Amino acid sequence: MAQDAWLESGFREGAFVLRAGGAWRVQSAAELDRKLDALDPGTARSALIDLAEVESLDSAGAWLVLRTERALEGRGLSVRVANLRPEIEPLLRKVESSREAVPRERRHHHHHGFRDFVRDIGESTVWFLGQAAELVGFLGLVTVTVARTLRRPERLRFISLVTHMERTGVSAMPIVGLICFLIGVVTAYQGADLLHRFGAEIYTVNLIGIGILRELGILLTAIIVAGRSGSAFTAEIGAMKVHEEVDAMRTLGLDPVEILVLPRMFALVLVLPLLAFYANFMGILGGALMSWAALDINLPLFLRQLQSALFGWTFWLGPLKAPFFAVVIALIGCYQGLKVSQSAESVGRLTTVSVVESIFLVIVLDAAFSIVFSYLHV
Amino acid sequence: MSERTNGGNGAEPPPIIRIRGLKTRMGNRAIHRNLDLDVKRGEVLGVVGGSGTGKSVLLRVVVGLIPPHRGTIEVFGQDTAKLDTDAMRQVEARWGVLFQDGALFSSLTVAQNIQVPLKEHLRLPQALMDEIAAMKIALVGLPPDTATKFPAELSGGMRKRASLARALALDPELLFLDEPTAGLDPIGAAAFDALIRDLQKSLGLTVFLVTHDLDTLMTICDRIAVLVDKRIKIGTIPELLNDAHPWIHAYFHGPRGRVALAAHGGAQGG
Repeated sequence: MAQDAWLESGFREGAFVLRAGGAWRVQSAAELDRKLDALDPGTARSALIDLAEVESLDSAGAWLVLRTERALEGRGLSVRVANLRPEIEPLLRKVESSREAVPRERRHHHHHGFRDFVRDIGESTVWFLGQAAELVGFLGLVTVTVARTLRRPERLRFISLVTHMERTGVSAMPIVGLICFLIGVVTAYQGADLLHRFGAEIYTVNLIGIGILRELGILLTAIIVAGRSGSAFTAEIGAMKVHEEVDAMRTLGLDPVEILVLPRMFALVLVLPLLAFYANFMGILGGALMSWAALDINLPLFLRQLQSALFGWTFWLGPLKAPFFAVVIALIGCYQGLKVSQSAESVGRLTTVSVVESIFLVIVLDAAFSIVFSYLHV
Repeated sequence: MSERTNGGNGAEPPPIIRIRGLKTRMGNRAIHRNLDLDVKRGEVLGVVGGSGTGKSVLLRVVVGLIPPHRGTIEVFGQDTAKLDTDAMRQVEARWGVLFQDGALFSSLTVAQNIQVPLKEHLRLPQALMDEIAAMKIALVGLPPDTATKFPAELSGGMRKRASLARALALDPELLFLDEPTAGLDPIGAAAFDALIRDLQKSLGLTVFLVTHDLDTLMTICDRIAVLVDKRIKIGTIPELLNDAHPWIHAYFHGPRGRVALAAHGGAQGG
């Protein structure tokens, strides 16, 4: 670029004179901005802005000139801009024609620590309650759609259902299996260590059986599926929202709930009990192997003890809870996806919300189940 | 605008873009073959061609989004393939690009969008950046309250203008426009044409314009580059009107071409 921008100010015959030169471009705007803000015309009644030596000017430079002119006029001076080069003039006129629209006042953001804090709490509470209300509303909408679809089952998208069963179920098997196997190993190891002190090593089997079958198996599965598939639901539907595909569906007479939500929800409801069963199996397997390795409890002994430890419903509790968790995960995943607005940022934010909310609700629901089961003595 | 990195031959100033022997491939298909193009400083060059002839690809190659398979591209007299990251950044600061759908960042307001290049390339106080953003918004003819709006809240035409404001943020010398009037109503398109011409004159821009819009070509372009047979044929409208190439003939002498020509009185001469 040409030489740097410069600026001189002084007084001549009672007038405030500003001489500008060099390249008044956006690259030197910060420096010029500072100098121009520091100008003091004193008691002068008129001002002259002399641009004779300005070699080049861009719109940022033009803006600074015009801003200065306006600021001086604001102080009651009569201002004249002089000696424009002809090639600069059209730009200055162009920027001038649009300057009326530019607000001059600078924004101030006030911080009030405590008040902001209280306001944030209030906002979060209202947001949370709103979420709960909206989610219940969405549950109602989905229920109505389910009822309608059950009357006309041929409307259910079969291919989509199977695809989602594969994606949420079959593809999740390696990670669910591995994690539950390891949890079985860990439970066995921790239990053996503790129970050994009482000479009650054999009850490690009871610990593994009840721990895995009642709680750990299904809970871990639900959390993994919420992280894997709940987030995928939100992101998929969200991306469709961004590209107006969901709106397009509506205009074509297709119901997004029927097409997007139901297959995902039904798939998860069908698949999660199976995954829970598989997770329980892998967890027990891990526990059995660890018991054998660390406690010398061989497999027949392990199985006999396991049989005596489990009574009544224990085996069925996991697969029984699974459909409820599945509904929660699918509902929240799809709901957050449909809430995406037209920005990429909201996809990410709502995916996070979706995972956090569904894991939270799964655990709350699990606690509720524990209370109910203890009343029912199962 | 005072520098001359390339001596030239004295009589004619060096072109702002010089493409020589360009070959571009997408997969196995050649898009451009042995393509030459000069864009003169201060002109508005319209690039036309049938769908799929690689107009937008050419724009993307010149701004470095797609690497050319063969050939050289010089912008501001510098071979863009040979520039290191810093030098390339400096070149990028001297051009602005308007993408077809605006490509505004959806999570930022219009003012923040305009400030992205300012923040990336310069260090300016926030208050000054706010003023510059407001000035650019006014410059492209948007109402002041657009500044705090998000792209999703704007209409298609407003998004185009906001995107143009972002492209102009650093006061570039060279402006790339990819189908600026596509998707606008005729009145909005004519207003956008006028805006581009007006800004081009007052800001001293060179414009590289990819378009389908015959009216845009007739009203604001100094020269037209036609992409046919994977190469460029360049000329003013009167020159191209007499071109014998079947596509060019069909383009300018088809029903729409004739209407546009009649409406603009045979275009400004060359």
